[in-house]
Amino acid sequence: MPGNPPQPGSGPSDADLARMSREDLVTLGGEMDGVKVIYAEQPVEPGSAAERRAERQVAAAFTGAGLSALAFMVIFVAWPWQVETGGDPSGLAVLYTPLLGLTMGSALTLVGVGAVLWAKKLMPYEVAVQERHEGASPEIERQTTAATLVSGATSTGIARRTVVKRSLGFGGLMLGLMAVFPLGGLIKKPGNALYETPWEPGMRLLTLKGLPIRPQDMRPGSLQTVFPAVAGGARSADGVSMLIRLLPQQAADFRPREGQEDFHWNDFVAYSKICTHAGCPVSLYEQETARILCPCHQSQFVATDGARSIFGPATRSLPQLPVEVDDDGYFVAKSDYLEPIGPAFWERSS
Amino acid sequence: MSSRTAARPATSVGRGASGLDERLTIAAPLRRTLNKVFPDHWSFLLGEIALYSFIILLLTGTYLTFFFDASMQEIAYEGSYAPLRGIEMSRAYATSLDISFDVRGGLLIRQIHHWAALLFVASIVVHLMRTFFTGAFRKPREANWVIGVGLLVLGLLEGVFGYSLTDDLLSGTGLRIINAIFLSIPVVGTWLSFAIFDGEFPGTVIIGRFYILHVLLIPGILLALISAHLLLVVKNKHTQYPGAGRTEDNVVGKRMFPVFAAKSTGFFMVVFGILAALGGLVQINPIWLYGPYNPSQVSAGSQPDWYIGFLDGSTRLFPPWDINLFGYNIPPLFWPTIVLPGLLFTLLALYPFIEATLTKDREYHNLLQRPRDVPVRTAIGAMALSFYVVLWISGGNDLIADKFNISLNAMTWIGRIGLIVVPPIAYWVAYRMCLGLQMHDREVLEHGVETGIIRRLPHGEFIEVHQPLGQVDAHGHGSLQYGGAPVPKRMNHVGGMTRAVKGFFTPLEEPPARPVTSEDEKQAELTGSGRPKAPEA
Repeated sequence: MPGNPPQPGSGPSDADLARMSREDLVTLGGEMDGVKVIYAEQPVEPGSAAERRAERQVAAAFTGAGLSALAFMVIFVAWPWQVETGGDPSGLAVLYTPLLGLTMGSALTLVGVGAVLWAKKLMPYEVAVQERHEGASPEIERQTTAATLVSGATSTGIARRTVVKRSLGFGGLMLGLMAVFPLGGLIKKPGNALYETPWEPGMRLLTLKGLPIRPQDMRPGSLQTVFPAVAGGARSADGVSMLIRLLPQQAADFRPREGQEDFHWNDFVAYSKICTHAGCPVSLYEQETARILCPCHQSQFVATDGARSIFGPATRSLPQLPVEVDDDGYFVAKSDYLEPIGPAFWERSS
Repeated sequence: MSSRTAARPATSVGRGASGLDERLTIAAPLRRTLNKVFPDHWSFLLGEIALYSFIILLLTGTYLTFFFDASMQEIAYEGSYAPLRGIEMSRAYATSLDISFDVRGGLLIRQIHHWAALLFVASIVVHLMRTFFTGAFRKPREANWVIGVGLLVLGLLEGVFGYSLTDDLLSGTGLRIINAIFLSIPVVGTWLSFAIFDGEFPGTVIIGRFYILHVLLIPGILLALISAHLLLVVKNKHTQYPGAGRTEDNVVGKRMFPVFAAKSTGFFMVVFGILAALGGLVQINPIWLYGPYNPSQVSAGSQPDWYIGFLDGSTRLFPPWDINLFGYNIPPLFWPTIVLPGLLFTLLALYPFIEATLTKDREYHNLLQRPRDVPVRTAIGAMALSFYVVLWISGGNDLIADKFNISLNAMTWIGRIGLIVVPPIAYWVAYRMCLGLQMHDREVLEHGVETGIIRRLPHGEFIEVHQPLGQVDAHGHGSLQYGGAPVPKRMNHVGGMTRAVKGFFTPLEEPPARPVTSEDEKQAELTGSGRPKAPEA
């Protein structure tokens, strides 16, 4: 059978091997591996101009690769490279990374081009055929292996020793479960975390810079991103809200959600900025239509209609933050949000 | 067999090799490896690109770990990028900026890493398409198909974890959406999300956890699966396209050493070289422009890397269907981000078994099929691809709406309707194209190759001369049977297994075949129909 070493005695003796040429040995090795070269052709005539040309091309590619690599090293060390430190009066530093990429890229590519040219133009073109020996093993192998396996398994008595089998199953199952139990250390009780935000009654609405807001600070039709007045409030992932001053006719048309009729203050409304779909900040406000657009998945909400979702994948309205103006004339929250902000989840009854 | 030590060779290389063989008995397996025959076709290099990209990802990724700190601790940035100096940010983002600005050559390596990741997934996808459309997944290679699908899924996850690490505004927005996706899972979603993020989003550990998944766990599994994938290719040997001398029981091609090895090494270097040039010359993911993550900010046109685009698209297209059951809620986000990819990848992994069941095909297949010869499979593939492409385009529907001045809502509806309408059309078109191509192949086998020669017959009629590909019968019809191999369609394609005639549009060398000679004319005169006249008795 080709592909297997010849049986002792059947192949050539050591004396035969000593007499064989290198070509004969290659052919013999191929036969042993089931490989036969059925067509071979020198791509170029040895000693011809074509061969010398091919040699020059390969050598040029390898030399170019070496020079590119050298250039990379020189640039890496000597070129000015720090852009923003003010120490770059020449403006050359912006070319640092492009030049590194160019030299490294051409060094690697040229090595590759040289190797491929070498293989294609100077190495012999050949068509080799190898036999496949796949599929089922010979019957003798299958039968003997199956018998060995079954006999070994039978000798353990696993099939008839029911008590051993069942106790092993039980032990294996419990050990398997035990292996995943340490992951329990990851578990954190959600508790009320998703139902609460930092907002509290009387808490001021602050801008990103931490300044409180008065009604006269905002023109009709404008939107201000507001944060709860707590430490780290400006990076709060659930407290961030939008204070919108509606245009006059929009304020006249304003339709609050049921039970939230007193959440707005004159022509000011405040909504959660976290999209009820996937949690992106709904950042785009179209003044004329009072539409709020989430740039992630294009859910659209209408500010004059209780921030109802009217297009895109979001289902729920943006929760509304009840606001009023305190005695000093600054906006404050009347309470926390009455419903969970942001993306929905299983326990949340809508 | 014989003595444990062999004769002492004359050269030092020979002595070294001999010594190695005395210790490892390696001569026979080494010779078998050198003699292994690889079929030669460009489409077999697609998987190699994925392998090479993975090696480059390991090399560049290891380099990046020397400088990256996956910490969410807030610090004030003090590096050399002036616009962000003094701004509060996580150490993860600050060290990513340092790699870009304060590590010599760091930006180059970071950008090579990102480009290599894009190429890694892209080449897996194209390799998968080649495997699908040529039927290379059939028995005995079903297991390797399943491993390949596993590699694709892990590659996507690895990419997501990777681009989430830099903690800039874009990647943070991605993390927030990932959190929302976990939350949307019925029953366990809330607890799962809290377990993964260690509490409410964003918490302080998620970057560190994703980091260890990205640099250890997933690359480890990828490495193991890639090894298994390659071992199975060696074990089953490569498939090959049908052609002269190629059967189910052989492999026709080139021996591993030296030609195939030289070409593969060269190809690896070219892939690496192109990625290095891209990494230096073409900017990718300029995190310094996005700024640090802040839950209250997002930039319009936020896009994930290309391979997640289809899920972004499905999320945008899915209708706002909220399901409320007994006081519990299944948000619409659950279906397009968990159920849809779960279904798609399960179907993909099971495809070989589905096809074998439907066609009752239990045979071994080492010869590939041309897509045109299996119209139903090709059409199914076209249908799946068009479904994917509609999703992918919809992942950027805001950019298309912006650039082409189309209503955003119209783009959403185009995607929703297109997702249902386009795949059946793609199926039908692909099916008809396969049949048309089959008919043309059979026509050439019957009537010969168009020579481009127009002849005028004595009675004034013009006919086009065809070159028959083999023996013809009395009616001038070829007797060759279609064998699943490409049929020559131009004169300079005619030839056996020698080198193809060089030249892309026109042959650079004289084609060996001769169209029509006076000899042929003597034997059989052409008639008006272009067929040779029946020899006169």
